[in-house]
Amino acid sequence: MTALLEVDRIDVAIGALRLLDGVSLAVERGQILGLVGESGSGKSLTALAALGLLPLIGGRVTAGAVRFDGQDMGAMTDRQRRALRGRRIGFVTQNPMTALDPVQRIGAQIDVVSRLHLGLSPAQARARTLELMTQLRIPEAAAVAEAWPHQLSGGMKQRIVIAMALAGDPDLIIADEPTTALDVTVQAQIIQILGALVRDRGVALLLITHDMGVVAQICDRVAVLYAGRLAEEGPVAQIFAAPSHPYTSALIGCIPQEGMARGTLRGIPGTVPGAAAFPSGCRFHPRCPRASDLCRTVVPPLTGTGPRVACHHPGGPA
Amino acid sequence: MTAPLIRVEGLTRRFQTGGGLFARPREMLAVRDVSLTVQRGEVLGVVGESGCGKSTLARLVLRLIEPTSGKVSLDGTDLASLSAGALRRMRRRMAMVFQDPYSSLDPRHTLAQVLAEPFRVQGEAPPPGRIPEMLAEVGLPASMAESHPHQLSGGQRQRVGIARALALRPEFVVLDEPTASLDVSIQAQIVALLADLRDRLGLTYLFISHDLGLVRYFCDRIVVMYLGAVVEVMPASGSAPRHPYTRALTQSAFVPDPAQRREIAPLQGEIPSPFALPPGCAFAGRCPRATDRCRVERPVLDADPVHPVACFHPH
Repeated sequence: MTALLEVDRIDVAIGALRLLDGVSLAVERGQILGLVGESGSGKSLTALAALGLLPLIGGRVTAGAVRFDGQDMGAMTDRQRRALRGRRIGFVTQNPMTALDPVQRIGAQIDVVSRLHLGLSPAQARARTLELMTQLRIPEAAAVAEAWPHQLSGGMKQRIVIAMALAGDPDLIIADEPTTALDVTVQAQIIQILGALVRDRGVALLLITHDMGVVAQICDRVAVLYAGRLAEEGPVAQIFAAPSHPYTSALIGCIPQEGMARGTLRGIPGTVPGAAAFPSGCRFHPRCPRASDLCRTVVPPLTGTGPRVACHHPGGPA
Repeated sequence: MTAPLIRVEGLTRRFQTGGGLFARPREMLAVRDVSLTVQRGEVLGVVGESGCGKSTLARLVLRLIEPTSGKVSLDGTDLASLSAGALRRMRRRMAMVFQDPYSSLDPRHTLAQVLAEPFRVQGEAPPPGRIPEMLAEVGLPASMAESHPHQLSGGQRQRVGIARALALRPEFVVLDEPTASLDVSIQAQIVALLADLRDRLGLTYLFISHDLGLVRYFCDRIVVMYLGAVVEVMPASGSAPRHPYTRALTQSAFVPDPAQRREIAPLQGEIPSPFALPPGCAFAGRCPRATDRCRVERPVLDADPVHPVACFHPH
């Protein structure tokens, strides 16, 4: 089975700065790929590349290709790409507070998507809107459809944004930190809803998150990004059972848990480097407990079948 | 048990909004009748979701805002009984680390100026060599003294916020979500630093957070708040939650282990508006155990000396 979304060894640059270097990922129908990394690792940039939205921030793909359902998005016209977004690719942003138009009623904002992309009549569109809202467990959907965005809570707004992403009946949903701005109990609700969508509708989901707990809970595969390069990629079960890249194990070890002995949570020393000052060799080497001279000079290639890892000293405890 | 360093009794804070030309004034109780103690050397956690009153509680405890009723004592002295001058002297003994290291540091000041400010407020100057020492204490190089906040990463800024809080060698520090705006990798660094400082300087912490996993890792006891009131005080980690809300919080956290995936039964609905508190238990509308009694009668914290809970049907 070929992947629905295929990001094939892309480089992304803004001006003279190369921000992504040879990033590859694939998402299949009915599958959730988690894209993780700290702030500044290039997660959102990868999402923008997949949506063909890099020009918005003055960026461009300088090498490699993004293919959606086998078609090279770089070879499409703007019009074709625009037709794809909303219709076949839905996008859920991090901040539901700014994703909604404050002076338009909730229902109308969802209706417009299916009217535009599916050519539905106003009445058909509203029926579809209410059906989606009910599926997303929004109580009293008809009343909420008449409400204004400021009248809704954060969790409710994020459901509306998800309903908008679903209204065009997309095959792929890209969600950029969809629960980061929400309370813990509401985050659990939204994650559950996203998981059910993939199971019930067979859509593909690219889930961007910094939370390895969320990845472990619902993702099938995970791609770990560090400073614009892929560190490790593969099935969630295998990677969590035996992370090969020291960055992956460090990210998992950062999550405080019940029963963890005091003093065992150490974090990762240092911070993600900026694109203007990427280190030589493996970009993680200044923060890595296993770094050797080799790591400081030679870029580790991404190797392996099953999980793929870019590390000169993979495996074992970090 | 020795006398607690901090004793909070019946603390309540009412806020009013509106009341302008067109708006009706509305009242809410941000903090409702909260009592707690913090022992010397203890890390007491306060956990809850947005709007539960935990940040208001933090400010009330340090008397950065005035309570509507109730009192706070530090080492047996009622803070409300102090004159302005005596309160300022008392402030040497307590400090606060704020949530957002981006807005809590003056962008025009160098780090040396930021760190000298607590001394200035007390009408003093930092002793010679103290600024580099303060930087070193939180793991920053002395060469950073002349840097400005915008040149620092989020984690480095929060280290500066901690150094500033410790300037006058306080005994008691309130940490208001000190890691909420940081990456998990940086959060873990900051928590490790806070633990080291506590051990080295013998500090007592009130640690406010929305993250139950973090609080259970770091704190000795945990106060769980919901809509302004304490619903449970959990003893040292390992104890199972008794309140259905605490249980739901625990179940909402995702463990980073795909073998422990669970079909969570997330809570229905969201936190009701604090402007329209239900008459009974504030959690009744979302609670799987709620009965008619919960909807009309408000439960209070029971008298259990180790693990009190405010619930008619605890686990």
